Amino acid sequence: MRPVRFNIHPKEAKLTDSIMVAEAPEMYSGEGFMTAKFDKVIGLARKNSIWPLPFATSCCGIEFMATMGSHYDLARFGSERVGFSPRQCDLLMVMGTIAKKMGPVLRQVYLQMAEPRWVIAVGACASSGGIFDTYSVLQGIDQVIPVDVYVPGCPPRPEAIIDGVMRIQDLVHNESLRRRGSEKYKELMNSYGIE
Amino acid sequence: MNCRIIKLSNYQIMGLTNEIIQQKLTEKFGEAVFTEWHQQFGLLTFTAPKDLNLKVLQFLHDDESLGFQFLTDICAVHYPERVGEEIAVVYHLHNLEKNIRLRFKVFTDAEKTEVFTATSLYSSANWMERETYDFFGVNFIGHPNLKRILNVDEMDYFPLRKQYPLEDQTRIDKDDEMFGR
Repeated sequence: MRPVRFNIHPKEAKLTDSIMVAEAPEMYSGEGFMTAKFDKVIGLARKNSIWPLPFATSCCGIEFMATMGSHYDLARFGSERVGFSPRQCDLLMVMGTIAKKMGPVLRQVYLQMAEPRWVIAVGACASSGGIFDTYSVLQGIDQVIPVDVYVPGCPPRPEAIIDGVMRIQDLVHNESLRRRGSEKYKELMNSYGIE
Repeated sequence: MNCRIIKLSNYQIMGLTNEIIQQKLTEKFGEAVFTEWHQQFGLLTFTAPKDLNLKVLQFLHDDESLGFQFLTDICAVHYPERVGEEIAVVYHLHNLEKNIRLRFKVFTDAEKTEVFTATSLYSSANWMERETYDFFGVNFIGHPNLKRILNVDEMDYFPLRKQYPLEDQTRIDKDDEMFGR
């Protein structure tokens, strides 16, 4: 039998090596209590339990399937439960080419989501129309809905999609609780024609 | 079943070849009606005047020896250099029993593109003609529901005609020189 060349000194698996513990927010604690800033705690809880809605239309959807598989595993980041109902989801992941005929459908799905909601445009087609500069393809979903993070690539590798989701996590973590009611946000929504 | 035994002389046993199809068509409709007979990779192609398209399709469908009862596709081609008959509507027919395909073209004018609908004969022609209407503006007379099928309903032009550019004209960030427009 061929002698083993690799992994000849296997390491003992230690639990602390493979689990990342979330950083606690700064808090003031005492006997039996601790206090922290509300939005930090909420941000921490929200960022580690985002429920995505995969709006997968074409090739980027396949890369998303790979991302959700065990090798790249998006579930590590808390996005274990993907839902297909916009009413129950936080993050709309638009993956794939959106045709002009699909635009109103996408907008309708976005409108059905409850605040707070985030949108990630995965891939070149969702970000800007990609290589399809034609009469039938919507040149970027930001023509119909506001987008938070764009992931470039055609298609982006699963690592890139994970990076995009991590940026969304940063946005979620640092978002102020008052943002959704603020003037600036209302203006943004009005610019898209959303009340 | 007995027609498939000797694969080499398939056509000899069953007796349907491109020559026989051509012969039967010219017998029925006359020599002068059909033009532009040619074969591309063994696929017989011919042209007929657009008023006869239903009669020809019906004959090809009903005749026992011909039996082209499967409509594979209806599409259109825009030939801008053929003035007066710019838009060709192309029917691809298939005889499933004998595995023979046929291409049948009718030409029509670019301004007044009207062709009789084949929906009474083939139900699949319904959506295929809607697609042809959507992209080339061919008006199929007698079609039950002629409206756009793949493009946005509000589109006011027929995109696959050659005078319209491929690119989306609403983009302002693409430099025309760099992107070859």
